[in-house]
Amino acid sequence: MIDDTRLIEIFKTEYSKLIAVLCQYYGVAEVQLAEDIVSETFLKAMKMWAHKGVPDMPAAWLRKVAVNSLKDYYKRSKIYKEKILFNLELKTDSFQPGEISNDIVEDSQLKMIFVVCNLKISDKAKICLALRILCGFNINEIAKALLSNNEAINKILYRAKKKISEDGILNTTLKLENYNQGYDTVLRIIYLLFNEGYYSSIREHNVREEICWEALRLTLLLSKIQVEQQTASYALVALISFHSSRIHARMNGSNEDLLFNDQDRSKWNMPLIEKGKKYLSLASNGRVISKYHLEAAIAFWHTTDNQKKWDNILQLYNKLLIIEYSPIVALNRIYVLSKTNSVNEAIKEANKLKLDGNNHYYCLLAELHKINGNNQMERKYLREALKFTIKEREKNLINKKLEIASR
Amino acid sequence: MKDFMMLFHSEPNPDFNPTPEQIQAEVKAWQDWMESIDAQGKLKNPGEALGFEGKIMHSDGAITDGPYAEVKEIVGGFIIVCSETIQDAIKLAKGCPALENGGKVEVRDIMNFDGM
Repeated sequence: MIDDTRLIEIFKTEYSKLIAVLCQYYGVAEVQLAEDIVSETFLKAMKMWAHKGVPDMPAAWLRKVAVNSLKDYYKRSKIYKEKILFNLELKTDSFQPGEISNDIVEDSQLKMIFVVCNLKISDKAKICLALRILCGFNINEIAKALLSNNEAINKILYRAKKKISEDGILNTTLKLENYNQGYDTVLRIIYLLFNEGYYSSIREHNVREEICWEALRLTLLLSKIQVEQQTASYALVALISFHSSRIHARMNGSNEDLLFNDQDRSKWNMPLIEKGKKYLSLASNGRVISKYHLEAAIAFWHTTDNQKKWDNILQLYNKLLIIEYSPIVALNRIYVLSKTNSVNEAIKEANKLKLDGNNHYYCLLAELHKINGNNQMERKYLREALKFTIKEREKNLINKKLEIASR
Repeated sequence: MKDFMMLFHSEPNPDFNPTPEQIQAEVKAWQDWMESIDAQGKLKNPGEALGFEGKIMHSDGAITDGPYAEVKEIVGGFIIVCSETIQDAIKLAKGCPALENGGKVEVRDIMNFDGM
């Protein structure tokens, strides 16, 4: 008899797999239909298995029943009598029910990733849709993950699915050149998805962690396609692995985020760090250096105690700023500058940035003045940072520092 | 020992969207309950689960879509148990997951040709 956790796991993973396959089979425009059929299949499984016990191969059972349900649906529907009949017959020839192999699942999921990430909708909507359709999260979990409510998420998903139908992406036979085109966007969305999980301030650790694992899974899937940007996906795998290795170390007992220096290194996940190293070396075989390469390399140096660590990190940040400027990267670079050069130099550089209104900017200035032993300036900037901090968790962190600085 | 059929009545809800955790819990609850009857040697036949499709033929020859159209409750499945008396049989229904969500368990004796 299959154990409980494994059974839950099967339902979770089969959800997104089945939707991808059904859409591949009958057209992505029918994503809502695919979702309905998967829900119906799960309901059938619940009734049947309750009575007859769990089958020996639960996933195969679900796949077979879902395909049969889809066929039944088309037989019943009026569309069947009209033009779809022609297409349906064509497609069933090359797709025998009950034989959804893992290859078909993988192929369908890849196509689904490209469809979702390249829709003409906002990034937030893409992340919502990805969590639902690619990762199998339920509405409740998505709302928690994105700090929203069920109603808002439902609305976003409804519009996004409508968009898929409107775009009428019926033909899903993506060719290599299509993969080439949409690849960068897909990487970017998965990267955002990962950040959402890794940096989100929700308290449910399992949801945060699951998002990180899903991002890793999707990137690994993506890295199998042989395109020019393949090494960028290796780099993203490395980046996600290095960061994820610290998930458990980042949390203290009372649900608060710990800063890098306060983390218990024995809680780092060593196999993940090894995985990161492996993929980072794979990534270095290409001609292109993406921002994922640079970020992965930075994350790698952070896992070491090497003497040259900070010099290397500084150089990587310099390159990163050239590829893509972002205030956060600029701030991180200045912190590194305080390590490689001097704190005074870093403060000088920071003052040049003029990122007024950015709470991270004030936090960095506070930190630099703290290193210099200037408590008065530290408190000034911490109070400034508080004014622009919204997340409760970050406020607590700043207040704690303020308390220590006032002693 | 006599045979009794247990019929599980429940309010149909084909739009129910259970989470993986809910599915697992439901499957486990039924399996545990049925095993507890089996362990006493009283599960004669694990019966069948009934689906959501159904049609009803009326005396005038009319056919309607069922089973939801006319009744509030439907039979979702059945099992056959054996026990000395119907009182003993209904005791076995205690803890049946069908009762959890406002459902009912109906126990009926199965007529025995030879012993009548």
